[in-house]
Amino acid sequence: MINLVYNEMIKIVRKKRLLIIAAIIAVLVALFTYAQLKRVQSIQEQLGTTDWRAQLQQQIIDTQNRLNSSGLSEEWRKFLQIRLQQQQYYLDHDINPSAPGAPTFMRMFAENSIDLFIPLMVMVIAADLVSSEASGGTIKLLLTRPVKRWKILLSKYIAMILSVSFILLSLGALSYLISGVVFGFSGWTLPLLTGFSVHGEELDTANVHLISQWKYLLMEFGLVWFVSLVVGTLTFMLSVLMRSTAAVMGIMLAALISGAILSTMVSSWESAKYLFMVNLRLTDYVSGMAPPINGMTLGFSMTVLAVWGLAALIISFIVFTKRDVY
Amino acid sequence: MTNGNATLVVKDLRKKIGKKEIIKGLSFELKKGEVFGFLGPNGAGKTTTIRMLVGLVKPTSGQILLCGYDLHREFSKAVRQIGCIVENPELYPYLTGWENLEHFVRMVPDIPKNRIKEVVELVGLQNRIHDRVSTYSLGMRQRLGIAQALLGKPKILILDEPTNGLDPVGIREMREFIRFLAEKEGLTVLVSSHLLSEIQLMCDRVAIMAKGEIIRIDTVEYLLAEQERVIWKVEPLEKAKALLEEETVIIGEEDGTLITHYDAEKVSLWNEKLVKAGIKVSEIHTKLPTLEDLFIELTEGETID
Ligand SMILES: Nc1ncnc2c1ncn2[C@@H]1O[C@H](COP(=O)(O)OP(=O)(O)O)[C@@H](O)[C@H]1O
Ligand SMILES: [Mg+2]
Repeated sequence: MINLVYNEMIKIVRKKRLLIIAAIIAVLVALFTYAQLKRVQSIQEQLGTTDWRAQLQQQIIDTQNRLNSSGLSEEWRKFLQIRLQQQQYYLDHDINPSAPGAPTFMRMFAENSIDLFIPLMVMVIAADLVSSEASGGTIKLLLTRPVKRWKILLSKYIAMILSVSFILLSLGALSYLISGVVFGFSGWTLPLLTGFSVHGEELDTANVHLISQWKYLLMEFGLVWFVSLVVGTLTFMLSVLMRSTAAVMGIMLAALISGAILSTMVSSWESAKYLFMVNLRLTDYVSGMAPPINGMTLGFSMTVLAVWGLAALIISFIVFTKRDVY
Repeated sequence: MTNGNATLVVKDLRKKIGKKEIIKGLSFELKKGEVFGFLGPNGAGKTTTIRMLVGLVKPTSGQILLCGYDLHREFSKAVRQIGCIVENPELYPYLTGWENLEHFVRMVPDIPKNRIKEVVELVGLQNRIHDRVSTYSLGMRQRLGIAQALLGKPKILILDEPTNGLDPVGIREMREFIRFLAEKEGLTVLVSSHLLSEIQLMCDRVAIMAKGEIIRIDTVEYLLAEQERVIWKVEPLEKAKALLEEETVIIGEEDGTLITHYDAEKVSLWNEKLVKAGIKVSEIHTKLPTLEDLFIELTEGETID
């Protein structure tokens, strides 16, 4: 099995897919770093460079005043206290909240690329894993070895998982290193708010608490990895079903883009929440953004994605082991 | 009737795609050390049959035994006995020839590393083996394809139209190589072709296929001898025709020539008769039938379609 996976990895590497993807990520990260830098500069121009401390001080006083006022619900009070803690931390550790370090950039980059950019990169790897063997005719050589068909497919699937992991690692590493040059490399222990949940129209802050950024990042990258695997598995299935890599990419692209559009406009079409592509923004649940459709939770979205992924995996194996190869 | 020498046994093999029966019950046996030809026009079902023999396509019914192992029930053991090229020799163009071979060696646990070097020398690709396959000519790809097929020291080699697209020199080399493998290495070789001339030059026995059926299996010599023709260039034509018709059947007339069956004993006698009758015989030569002739003969007038 190790030999088979090794074969698949060699083919992926020699097709230069991973290299191209890493290059695309590097270019994009550089682009966004520059954009972020411009933004920070313009904010600083508006507020004055040294003023952010005074401003933060002012925010803290505001929060304290609100905490002292009467008629505050217990929950809200707790939330404000946590906010206060966070603002105080920024002030004490001399962190400008609007001029983040590399870990913050890394987090924002991952959050913003989870539903389109990362799936696209995963797709580039997974789309031709099987279809290129079929269209190139090499599948005939693979399947006439004394190796069971399911083992060959499994080796390809494992190679896909490894490549996806490599993509995410290089995404993390590149976004940290490139943005770090500009924004500095610190900020791993920055406290961040998490634990929001949405009930109906209400933002429930009952469970909100602070965690350090590195834990937050770990959590988010875990979710990104999960999303990537599901997208990879779906692409993998299409790659088994179709000979044409272009067709596989076309279908996946259509699904992903329609997902991005749908999530902004499906709030009244409730059953759309069972589509995999509106469930890709898992990191939004962590940062407390409202989901596209009422009633969607992290658990729900992960279940939907897992079901889609599992179904795709089962179909892939059944079709690949049973079908005639022409 | 299976004898101990049989390396590949096929029993009543059938394949239906949709409602259409493409392969209609083939049965045959191949012996150790023989080159066996599948001869038939395009669409006869040669490739489909070969795909079934190597496990790419599942037969609708029938049995395939490779060196005694049932392909369906003992897939790995059965497939271990064969090496094949189905249709074109497609390899990974972005890898070198050597890397392609390494790739396939890794898939079979019991091939020693130095086997790659052996097969590369056997097919004569030493000079270019470390170049990318995308830079290879068709002939070189064909050789690499054969090298790939021979990696596992198979007992049976299955080649689908191995000379397709090769130049005359390449065709001759391939032919000699196939003969060498059968005679010196004791392999059983199954080749398919739509060209009789090809099959005739390299095969011991041949199965003639048309429309998914084997019309006939025979040794090449026998088939050809039976079907060999004599072309007579004679003048005057009508008188010669009348005389020859007394002796044999005229099977064709073509621009000033008559065509009869070949009969080694009689041709000189017929000639003598013509000459004595004052007919000018300017040319007598024998000609092997074309595949089309054979077909029309064997299928009693059905054309190839
Ligand atoms: N995948 C397929 N689906 C339907 N019909 C097919 C398929 N593959 C081959 N055929 C049909 O089977 C017949 C035999 O084809 P093939 O085995 O390729 O012939 P050959 O190799 O002798 O030229 C042809 O009539 C062809 O149209
Ligand atoms: Mg063919």
